[in-house]
Amino acid sequence: MKLEILAALNAEREARRAAVLVTEIATGKQRLVREADLASDPLAETLAERLRMGKSGMAETPAGDVFLTVQAPPVRIVVTGAVHISQALAPMARLLGHDLTIVDPRTAFATPERFPDAPVHAEWPDDVLPKLGVDRYTAFVALTHDPKIDDPGLIHALRSRCFYIGALGSRKTHAKRVERLTAAGFTDKDIARIHAPIGLPIGAISPAEIALSIMGEITAALRLKPASAAQAAA
Amino acid sequence: MLATDNDIMNRAEAWRREGKGVAIATVVETWGSAPRPVGSHLVIDDDGNFLGSVSGGCVEGAVVTEAVDVITSGAPKMLEFGVADETAWKVGLSCGGRIRVYVERVD
Repeated sequence: MKLEILAALNAEREARRAAVLVTEIATGKQRLVREADLASDPLAETLAERLRMGKSGMAETPAGDVFLTVQAPPVRIVVTGAVHISQALAPMARLLGHDLTIVDPRTAFATPERFPDAPVHAEWPDDVLPKLGVDRYTAFVALTHDPKIDDPGLIHALRSRCFYIGALGSRKTHAKRVERLTAAGFTDKDIARIHAPIGLPIGAISPAEIALSIMGEITAALRLKPASAAQAAA
Repeated sequence: MLATDNDIMNRAEAWRREGKGVAIATVVETWGSAPRPVGSHLVIDDDGNFLGSVSGGCVEGAVVTEAVDVITSGAPKMLEFGVADETAWKVGLSCGGRIRVYVERVD
C-alpha cells in the first residue's frame, strides 16, 4: 500500500466520510474510492452495495479478483445529559471504538473533570447537534430526564438519518414525550424510531448497568439490522 | 487499552512516517467459525512490533514472521490458515475455521 493511500484512508475516517479501498489480488495494485467519487468508478455498483452493507470482502471482476476494504466512519454516540449513566457510557464507548460526545447546557454537570474520556459541550443541543453533523453512523441518546434539554436533541435526531435514538424515562414519561413530539408534527412512524424505555431488558439498576443495557441496544441496532429503516432510505 | 481500527491504521501511518518498515495484514476471506471478521487488520513494523489482530491470537505469530519477510521483499503475500492439527507444531485455528490473510508492505 502506498503511504499516500494509507494517509488518505486515515484522513477520510477522521473526516467521517466513507471510502472503499480496492486491491487487485493478482497485481497488488490499489486505488482508494471516496464515497463522493463512487459513481464514476468502474466498479460503482459493487462498491455502492458493499458500502451500504458496511462489509469488506472479495469480489470478482472482469479484470480478476479484488479485495474491497470498506471503511465506514466510526460510530459516534451523542448524549444529552452529563449524568451518572453518561459517565459509565463514555469509557464503554471508548472500549468499543466509538466516539462519544456529551451535550448538556448545565455547566455544573458538563465539566471535563467528570468526563475524562469524552468531549463535553456545555451548550444547548439545538446549538451543538447541527454543528456535530448527526449522520447515519450516529446514535443519539437522551438521558437528562428534562424535556427542555432532551426534546430539542430528539427533534434534531428524528430529522436526521441516525441509526439509533434512545430516550431515558418510564413509560409514563415517554407517553408525555410522545404527546409533545406529536404536537411538534412528528408521525407515529417517526416517533417509533425512539427506543423507550431505553436499553435492553436486563434488569439494570445501577448507572453502569443501565449504560451497559444502552450500549447493548446500540450494538444490536448497529449489527443485527444494518439495513435499518434510516439506512434503507438512504 | 484495546486497539480500534482508528488506532491501528493511524499507527501504521505514524510508523512509516518515522521511517520504519511497515506491513499491513488484512483478513480477506473466512470460512466456518473464524474469530475475526473480514477486513480486520494487524499492522507490523520491521522490529516485529504489532497492533491489531487477525485471529484473536491463534496465528498472529506466524503472520508477524511473514510480514517481516514482506517488509524486506516488498512483494505482497496471501497466507492461508486452517484448523490446527496434531501432526505438527504448525499454527492453526482451534475454532475449526479457515482464514486468508493478505499481507502488504506500506511503501
